[in-house]
Amino acid sequence: MAAPPTRRAGFSRRAQLTVFLGYVVAVGGVLVAILLLIVAAVDPRGFAALRGTALDVTAPVSAAGRSVVGYVSGIGESVSEYFAAASKNAELRRELERTRRELHETRFAAQENERLKEMLGIAAGEADEVTVARIVGSSFDSARRLATLSAGAGSGVEAGQPVRGPDGLIGRVIETGRWAARVLLVSDASSNVPVRSLRDGTPALAVGRGDGTIELKTLEVGENPFRPGDVLVTSGTGGVFPPGIPVARVVRLEGDSAIARPVADPARADYALVLRVFQPAAGAPLDQAAEADAGGPVDISPSELPPEVRAAETPAPAQQDPGYQPALQRPDPVLMRRARPQRAQPRPEQPQPEQPRP
Amino acid sequence: MTRIAGSDTDVAIRDYKRRFVPLGSTLLASALALLPIVATLPLVPDFGFLVLLSWRLLRPEIWRAHAALGLGLFDDFVSGHPIGQSMALWTILFLILDFVDSRLGFRDYWLDWLLAALAIIFHTAGAWYIATMMGSGVEFSVMVPQIVISILAYPLVARVVLALDRWRLAR
Repeated sequence: MAAPPTRRAGFSRRAQLTVFLGYVVAVGGVLVAILLLIVAAVDPRGFAALRGTALDVTAPVSAAGRSVVGYVSGIGESVSEYFAAASKNAELRRELERTRRELHETRFAAQENERLKEMLGIAAGEADEVTVARIVGSSFDSARRLATLSAGAGSGVEAGQPVRGPDGLIGRVIETGRWAARVLLVSDASSNVPVRSLRDGTPALAVGRGDGTIELKTLEVGENPFRPGDVLVTSGTGGVFPPGIPVARVVRLEGDSAIARPVADPARADYALVLRVFQPAAGAPLDQAAEADAGGPVDISPSELPPEVRAAETPAPAQQDPGYQPALQRPDPVLMRRARPQRAQPRPEQPQPEQPRP
Repeated sequence: MTRIAGSDTDVAIRDYKRRFVPLGSTLLASALALLPIVATLPLVPDFGFLVLLSWRLLRPEIWRAHAALGLGLFDDFVSGHPIGQSMALWTILFLILDFVDSRLGFRDYWLDWLLAALAIIFHTAGAWYIATMMGSGVEFSVMVPQIVISILAYPLVARVVLALDRWRLAR
């Protein structure tokens, strides 16, 4: 191929200036773009309205093509299933036998559970759903694992709400438009879900790895508590995800952690359920949280609580010993000296005001 | 259409075709990110970037460096990147390629591919770094398959762009 035409604008002063100005604009533009990136990193909600609008405009395009893709990928699946039919059949029969045995045990356990709950007087906190929507697309060319949902703020979807499919947990809403929302999938590397093993109840943190798998981090040191095939469900810790939703299945062990694969494949789940935040009052002061518990989930997020509620004084505890210090907290020297009972339990959300030492 | 433009309308149509095919094809390729594919692994190349790169290497004279700002902004909006990511990366790349063009006296197929490979590695690494900055701790090894696939896909995309270019300039 011939050499590319030179960019030099010849001897015309004016043409040279135009080229130079072009570079000035380009470099200035890069600086502005980097500034925008820094703003986005510092405040991820900064361009929420703008990005929400872009999401609204683009989501219908994805939605229209979704059914076609589902049909085409379905063809490949049914062909491969045809060839594997015999072995699949035997395997299914074995699984049916096992499942039938387990079903009886489960029914018994469910009845017992019901009875125990009645005895304790626990109102079954049903996490009611916000809306049902379709997953219409996802990011497939970047390091982030995001999916687009065909429902947005217009249907009551808010950032932070958990999203589940028929098989299990899909992720969490991170930004919303009017008619569409973006979901952070559980396999994204910034997604953390508190889970527990269904086999023995071992608690762990399910952290995405960005390549479609999930790493399970446990607090236990020593022998790895997981076995390949273990199913993990949400534990409800942290108050965002309702407990008992299947999240992942362990595929292999790696040292102290385990690698799991999400149970819900967002590519296959056509419909997704947007749930309310399990305990909206999780971040509120203790008395507020207690009230919220009695009436079931409240549909406000902690950040929406009025400031006077958030800033409310923690009530005096029943513990009357003035020198009492809660365990696992740094003893407060001012408190030790003055022994004020009404401030005996400092909460991390309300730092003690700095007081000069007498 | 005959080889000779018969009227002013014909001239105008051909002029628009000549001028807007590169722009339109790049925007269209960016919009491919809207395809309803739900993937758990970043494997698919960023087609918007590949088409942009092909046009830039094939016809260095059609775009000044600042043209990448607008194209990048569109790509950011459509594919859900943090706003500014493609703007910055694409424009920096155009500036680098301008510099390379001014130093390098010649160009052939293999050199094009080599430049494209370097550009793809730069773009993917930049996008990965920005994602890390935004709090996603993906390991870089996860991105390697996508880089390899993008580098292998470049000649195909370049073919398509070449065909578009011939159609654009056909008389």
